[in-house]
Amino acid sequence: MKLKTIVAALAVGFAAGGAFAQAQTGPVRIGFITDMSSLYADIDGPAGAEMIKWAIEDFGGKVLNRPIEFLSADHQNKADVAASKAREWIDNQNLAMLVGGTSSGTALAMAGVTKEKHRPYISIGAGSARLTNEDCSPYTVHYAYDTVALAKVGAGALVKAGAKKWYFLTADYAFGQSLEADASKVVKENGGTVVGSVKHPLNASDFSSFLLQAQGSKADILALANAGGDTINAMKAAKEFGITKSMKVAGLLVFINDVHSIGVANAEGLQLADSWYWNQDDESRKFAKRFFEKYKRMPSSLQAADYSAVTNYLKAVQKLGTTDADKVMAELKSMKYNDFYQKNGQVRADGRMMHEMYLFQVKSAKDSNTPWDYYKLVAKVPAEQAFTTVAESKCSLLKK
Amino acid sequence: MEIFGIPLQAFLGQLMLGLVNGAFYAMLSLGLAVIFGLLDIVNFAHGALYMVGAFVAWILMDKWGISYWWALLLAPLAVGILGALIERLFLKRLYGLDPLYGLLLTFGLALILEGVFRKQYGVSGQAYPVPDLLSGASNLGFMILPNYRAWVVVASIAVCLATWFLIERTRLGAYLRAGTENAKLVQAFGVNVPLMVTLTYGAGAALAGLAGVLAAPIIQVTPLMGSNLIIVVFAVVVIGGMGSIMGSVITGLLLGVVEGFTRVFYPEASNIVVFVIMAIVLMVRPAGLFGKEA
Repeated sequence: MKLKTIVAALAVGFAAGGAFAQAQTGPVRIGFITDMSSLYADIDGPAGAEMIKWAIEDFGGKVLNRPIEFLSADHQNKADVAASKAREWIDNQNLAMLVGGTSSGTALAMAGVTKEKHRPYISIGAGSARLTNEDCSPYTVHYAYDTVALAKVGAGALVKAGAKKWYFLTADYAFGQSLEADASKVVKENGGTVVGSVKHPLNASDFSSFLLQAQGSKADILALANAGGDTINAMKAAKEFGITKSMKVAGLLVFINDVHSIGVANAEGLQLADSWYWNQDDESRKFAKRFFEKYKRMPSSLQAADYSAVTNYLKAVQKLGTTDADKVMAELKSMKYNDFYQKNGQVRADGRMMHEMYLFQVKSAKDSNTPWDYYKLVAKVPAEQAFTTVAESKCSLLKK
Repeated sequence: MEIFGIPLQAFLGQLMLGLVNGAFYAMLSLGLAVIFGLLDIVNFAHGALYMVGAFVAWILMDKWGISYWWALLLAPLAVGILGALIERLFLKRLYGLDPLYGLLLTFGLALILEGVFRKQYGVSGQAYPVPDLLSGASNLGFMILPNYRAWVVVASIAVCLATWFLIERTRLGAYLRAGTENAKLVQAFGVNVPLMVTLTYGAGAALAGLAGVLAAPIIQVTPLMGSNLIIVVFAVVVIGGMGSIMGSVITGLLLGVVEGFTRVFYPEASNIVVFVIMAIVLMVRPAGLFGKEA
């Protein structure tokens, strides 16, 4: 009996002592899990990882007199891969904070792990608004944008401009479903109707069959609730099959890389919602120039957000003098965010980063003066109008 | 008028689109079947070679403004040479070993090729315009068919028939088939068998490259285009019967059509319908639809 007690006491002591020693010395580890190789790799991916490295280097490579270590991994758009990597880093590497890249399924999985393990989790490029709504967690910050904002800013503008009958072409996974649902709601609220929708598998190579069905629907808007390569190929096929003559094609989530890839001539007139554009002000252009020198392309809003999020996290840790998850989360939710990426940003209790969103329109080829000069600002939408309102929210953290 | 509950117009439209995709499957699986049937190599690099074909066409246009029509000739040639090099440098060493080695080697090569292009060009893809002569669309009454897609069907069926004729009906084809059955004997007749094998692999690769050029104006040219397709194409070859040339062509066309209709009736299943069919076929006919029972 006595021996058992001693062993137990020792075990507790070891566990506590070990954790304590690890938490206060040794490197501060920041992990990043994103799509490094598949259809979203250009809008975030390896360049997004590099942005986090830049953020760490620019911060001085150290915080609390401890070196900052950066880990990155490819989740291959698989939720189980993302979750097990996150778990492994937290358990074996004592990860201080996790940054999540694109893909909603993986983001929801990582939010689950970080909630269970009590680690700050900043989700950048995942779209699903569930992250701060039904599935909200005290440890999640949703940084760049979400499907509600895309719907309210992007779809909302189109309905108000007269597009009443909608047909959705939706990527069949968490993000596409969220986006279709959120956009449908906005369409109906503004007096439009949804006449039909078709779900396509993620990373579909051929869209012609789906588009033919859309064409038969007699809708006036074909809304693409997908992203990256899927959006590009769907738009390309829509043009080829003459669908653009009878319907307006709207990409609900379009990144600047996509516009570049489709070509400004093909994307002309397209309206889209985004959280940041490289050519929006001097600070942003400065960041973009540095990016361009390395990658020969302009950064996406996600890559800018990667840099911004990690920098602000490090500031919070520096100020607090600890990486303790609960204290850091409290600080992240009370501080103001002012940098090249956003002005007066603020994280709400549900984890939603509240910042201004923008409605852009793709310029015509002749108006596009310099390389990657693609967008014209149509409207600035205040955070309160862009994101889920407190009244709409299903997150328990918002409703005390 | 309705067929299976969908209007005739939509039905015909989907049939047409299925044929276009089927034409790609047919051409790619044809190359695979040639390489497997004659050389016993399970060529996992086929998708990557298809991707390289599309990229060569794009680079020719982007760098030197070389037209689609020249690319149709030059890109397969370049990919064919690359294929011949692969055979000479790597595959040659594996003959007589378990085919698994060849499979692993070609799979590795595919990953390397894909990685190189991904590093260089990213994944968003490059736009390759439809050639002027084939731009526009024709109204078939039941659908608007882009002229380019019609051309793809015609071109790939022609290529498939020519390849089949070459292998099954000419003296060269007879040497090829004999050489792979009994290399020593054919060599004794003065035929250079190793050269023939190299050229065969090169030709299979060139077929993949040609499919890549044909695909370039339809989809974005991206490093991922090969891996997106290769698994389906393998399923086509298995269903058709490994190594059966006619089998892979007919199965390719059929599966394109089946997949097209799945997109109408139950879109969520369109990515897996090919594998479901594969499972059923293998249960009933383990050697595939057109394969010879071993």
